[in-house]
Amino acid sequence: MSFLSIQDLTVQLKNGMPLLRQVSLDVAPGEVRALVGESGAGKSMIGKAVLGILPKAARLTGGKILLDGEDLQTLPQKARRQRIGARAALIPQDPLTALNPSRRVGPQITDRLVDILGWKRPDAEKRALELLEEVHIQSPDRVMKAYPHELSGGMRQRILIASAFAAEPKLIIADEPTTALDVTVQKQILKLIREMQQRHGTALLFVTHDLGVVSKIAQSLSVLYAGKVIEETTVENFFASPSHAYSRALLAATPKYTDPEGSLTQVPESVIAAVEAEVAAFDDQVKAGSRP
Amino acid sequence: MRDARGHIRRLPGLRLWLSGGWLTFLVLAAVFAPLISPHDPLAQDLFAGRLPPFFEQGADPAYLLGTDSLGRDVLSRMLYGARLALIVALVAGTLTCLIGATLGLIAGYYRGWADLVISRFIDIWMAFPPVLFAILLIAVLGTGLMSVIIAIVVIDWTRFARVVRAEAMGQGAMDYVASAQVAGRTRFGTALTEILPNVLPTIVALLTLEMGIAVIVEAILSFVNLSISTDQPTWGGMIAEGRTSIYQAWWVLVFPLFALFLTVLSFSQLGEGLKDHFDPVLR
Repeated sequence: MSFLSIQDLTVQLKNGMPLLRQVSLDVAPGEVRALVGESGAGKSMIGKAVLGILPKAARLTGGKILLDGEDLQTLPQKARRQRIGARAALIPQDPLTALNPSRRVGPQITDRLVDILGWKRPDAEKRALELLEEVHIQSPDRVMKAYPHELSGGMRQRILIASAFAAEPKLIIADEPTTALDVTVQKQILKLIREMQQRHGTALLFVTHDLGVVSKIAQSLSVLYAGKVIEETTVENFFASPSHAYSRALLAATPKYTDPEGSLTQVPESVIAAVEAEVAAFDDQVKAGSRP
Repeated sequence: MRDARGHIRRLPGLRLWLSGGWLTFLVLAAVFAPLISPHDPLAQDLFAGRLPPFFEQGADPAYLLGTDSLGRDVLSRMLYGARLALIVALVAGTLTCLIGATLGLIAGYYRGWADLVISRFIDIWMAFPPVLFAILLIAVLGTGLMSVIIAIVVIDWTRFARVVRAEAMGQGAMDYVASAQVAGRTRFGTALTEILPNVLPTIVALLTLEMGIAVIVEAILSFVNLSISTDQPTWGGMIAEGRTSIYQAWWVLVFPLFALFLTVLSFSQLGEGLKDHFDPVLR
């Protein structure tokens, strides 16, 4: 039984332009699933739809999101917020804008424990200190009292990870958590997320465009193009023999560390044209009514 | 750990000291006006009309800043005028801020139809020429302190609403607002803890600016004789009276004008200084 199950999820802009085209995917408890695809493929949009923070211009027009077997869309808004808050959390992309600059770090972590679990402040503070230690922050008591601008990007991302795991959610959505960091810090943060995920047994939906990262952290992955899942497989199978032509091209376009002087490969235009045609054919089917 | 900026406590700055100093002086002068005024601000003495200030020839040491054409003491009138200017600045400024900022916050954060209604209102409001609008309002409401305050609030709330709306919109798009919502915060709770504290420095700066503007508007209304009743001294009223005798007695016009200038300048500089002081990143 998967913890998160997305079935035929369709998200459209208000003018009818589709952002997600009947996306289906499952994340089992404790599983790490990567969502890969190029910019604008709808990777982040899936996470936003699950967490109920779609941008104003986008609307969920079809499909189901089951979180722990419960269809979120059928719940009234307030109950939905509470369910999502208790079961899922977000590790955002940019640690520089993800902490409120005018509040100290401590309350921003403890807020969750107070809001979601109904804890008392002193208990929440004790737990926050433990969490900060768990993400390898030295002198956590000082960090609790600091303002975000006093801390480095890597530190802030550690705080955000601690804060995401604070209320022991069963699912964490990490939206390109290492993209805004420099390479040396990226590696540490990735290791930390993996470590925390394993220790807490959390399911993780990891949004990224970096296939190198996928191979290090995930067990399974979904490849997206234009809001459509074009391949869904395990990481082993994907790196051994990707089945879709676009996946193969994407893999071939990954820069090789073994050949730093080699020229960068692009996804060939013929492959793009083929996958575009596939998406267009899908849209025609939807229009003709042969698909729901 | 903490970066270098965290350790440097900057001095509040000359700007904050000077503007704060003048405004403190003004508040003290206004509060203690009955005690320190050398004369009754309304008492006329036709034999002591148009006496020059102390540094000119023929001055009477009893009238430090001279007298106007009716022989009323300029200094005493200015001290009492400060009371009115400050009451208008504080009350009208604060009310304008509360109403405008609240509407701006609602429009910018909740968006949707609330934003639509408030934004159209702002557009329509700003199409009126403000001074004419004020004169019209006073004509309808009648003169008096309350009318002046109401006129300022009614005209100037858009200044706050527009700026706060834009700021709240920017804050609403930040990741920490999304995080707070994922964590089950209500929209109202998010507005209070995530949006408001980040918009506050701007609101404070606008508030002090608005206090300066309120003083000017009151002076303008006094100048066209539409402010408070004529037996209450105001800076604007003094400027209007001094205008007619500027060649014979320049001091009647220049001293209140200078006080007005310094006060408005101090309010705007205080705002800038406080904004820097409040900003957690610049602090």
